[in-house]
Amino acid sequence: MNGDQDPIIKQVTQGDYKYGFVTELDNDALPKGLNEDIVRRISAKKEEPEWLLEIRLKAFRYWLTMKKPEWAHLKIPPIDYQDIIYYSAPKNNKPTGSFEDVDPELLKTFDKLGIPLDEQKHLSGFAVDAVMDSISVKTTFKESLGELGIIFSSFSDAVREHPDLIKKYMGSVVPYRDNFYAALNSAVFSDGSFVYIPKGVRCPMELSTYFRINAANTGQFERTLIVAEEGAYVSYLEGCTAPMRDENQLHAAIVEIVAHTDAEVKYSTVQNWYPGDKNGLGGIFNFVTKRGICLGDRSKISWTQVETGSAVTWKYPSCILRGESSVGEFYSVAVTNNHQQADTGTKMIHIGKNTRSTIVSKGISAGKGQNSYRGLVRVVKNADNARNYSQCDSLLLGDQCGAHTFPYIEVDNETAVVEHEATTSKIGEDQIFYCNQRGIDTETAIGLIVNGYAREVLNKLPMEFAVEAQKLLQISLEGSVG
Amino acid sequence: MLSIRNLKAAINGREILKGINLEVKEGEVHAIMGPNGSGKSTLASVLAGRDLFTVTGGEVLFEGKNLLDLSPEVRARAGIFLGFQYPVEIPGVSMTNFMRTAINEQRKYRGLPEMNATEFLKLMRDKKALMEIDSALASRSVNEGFSGGEKKKNEIFQMAMLEPRLAILDETDSGLDIDALKTVATGVNRLRRPDNAMIVITHYQRLLDYIVPDFVHVLSGGRIVKSGDKTLAYELEEKGYDWIKEENEE
Repeated sequence: MNGDQDPIIKQVTQGDYKYGFVTELDNDALPKGLNEDIVRRISAKKEEPEWLLEIRLKAFRYWLTMKKPEWAHLKIPPIDYQDIIYYSAPKNNKPTGSFEDVDPELLKTFDKLGIPLDEQKHLSGFAVDAVMDSISVKTTFKESLGELGIIFSSFSDAVREHPDLIKKYMGSVVPYRDNFYAALNSAVFSDGSFVYIPKGVRCPMELSTYFRINAANTGQFERTLIVAEEGAYVSYLEGCTAPMRDENQLHAAIVEIVAHTDAEVKYSTVQNWYPGDKNGLGGIFNFVTKRGICLGDRSKISWTQVETGSAVTWKYPSCILRGESSVGEFYSVAVTNNHQQADTGTKMIHIGKNTRSTIVSKGISAGKGQNSYRGLVRVVKNADNARNYSQCDSLLLGDQCGAHTFPYIEVDNETAVVEHEATTSKIGEDQIFYCNQRGIDTETAIGLIVNGYAREVLNKLPMEFAVEAQKLLQISLEGSVG
Repeated sequence: MLSIRNLKAAINGREILKGINLEVKEGEVHAIMGPNGSGKSTLASVLAGRDLFTVTGGEVLFEGKNLLDLSPEVRARAGIFLGFQYPVEIPGVSMTNFMRTAINEQRKYRGLPEMNATEFLKLMRDKKALMEIDSALASRSVNEGFSGGEKKKNEIFQMAMLEPRLAILDETDSGLDIDALKTVATGVNRLRRPDNAMIVITHYQRLLDYIVPDFVHVLSGGRIVKSGDKTLAYELEEKGYDWIKEENEE
């Protein structure tokens, strides 16, 4: 690269994270720290039934006996769990569900994020649950979806309004004993979304939840639960951002998906938590447990993720393929720039006969970023004719970043066919010059090349999201040339 | 349009171009011939701004501007097009997206509004028809999995799309069979206009049967050692490059 690019690099590395603003709000927050009393107070704030408090307390006591996992390829400074606020809710938000009652400051915030909560103004075909810090601010189109029997509400509302469903499914895919962060989440989780699609219903809208961390020193611990009954279909999207702060903030979420016979759930994420500044100061620590179970025959769960944010990402959206001929898919683009670290991948557990899974992972490392793919494909003894195809590509920009691949394959059935392909490549100077020669500057050229590399995954996103994700990829890599 | 004066360029401290002088005017086609290693491709790369080479002397004026001061993308936007000897593959980037980005960058430079999708697709269609290009090409990724011939045709197609003031075609004929050569040459001839110019770099005379040049220059040892009209190409074909080398050494 020649000297001409220096000013470009300077200009863009100093570019701001677009969503880094803070909204001044009065918050109703619990004091910092984590103990049984805090867990009880979170539950009381949410006016929860006794059974849910019991789950929280069990999870909390179990968590106290656990150690954080050390196997990931991540360097994480020690986290002081007593220095975090576990519940913080914007004060002026009356939970009536009516648009008029939402604090105008909150509406403004979500408008600024490109998520209008006014149903009139909203992108057609999308329904949104907006979550700020520990509570859901507003869920749109709740009523019209309700006419089809679809439940789309905040998790807290669902606990009140549909306790039987929550009792039946919550923790059925990710039990609180699953791992350190899942136990923590189960103890202190605040809000999130609940989706229920009844038998034979195809959800006519894209359902989405937008998570926003706003308050300082506060962790976000949301839970999402999606249940698709026999023959149901839903496409669900998740987006997230946070203000720029010098301190790291913790995000530890759980997502559970249950797909019954012939049901299909598509789950897409565009994760854009604040990644920290270019020296690695601040940023979100993102520890997420996402898992779906294909309970019924011919059911299908598909994960698509575009991970561009967070200082640290620890995340393995997985599928348990229990039903016969069920299908699991995982499509991922993970970007690490500057000092970002990501250890992400999936688990495909083949239990039923004729189950199939596809894994496409595209890692992009730039700056001093460290990007690891970690994936497990397990075929149990009775899973005859299981098929897996994994493709795992890494793209390196510059010579100070790292890409790592940790594929685990455990096959106990000899009829299984498991394929794994992996590549590592760099953006060639000849590719950049070729673009330059057609009039395209280097910055735009890298955006084009990277988007081309990730296209297979981006194509899996719903159209509106795909466009956003493309822009996001470009922005995330600004300043990575040099 | 283009004045090259005493241009010298080196790679890794080794001088390849040792003082090139060349004048190209509107409407002209110049052929540059020469043996392998004479500096033909280096000249093309230096004019396009490839930073592998260091310019060690001389100047290049393009429409009054000092070309060597401009970045490669600005040279392209100002109207210089390089047809690559080895076109580069860009996986996953469709030709449509690539060309649309390029055209809009160039239009922005010239103070024109961006081309909307409808206008752009029409332009693609028209140019594909003009260049007799397979219509599936637009949906394919840039040069990915293209045959040698397809890559070269694709270069000429891009040239048709971008309508450069000055096109430099670097050994566009290399690796082509006679049919592909004819198609490419026909395409190039359709793009000849009184207000643009071309520099056609080739090792063999046969391309010049189809793209008839106004001037032929022979490059040897980093200098233009002989210039003439198209008959010079035939003379070269007959006598070989050794004739030039010998003559030059005398």
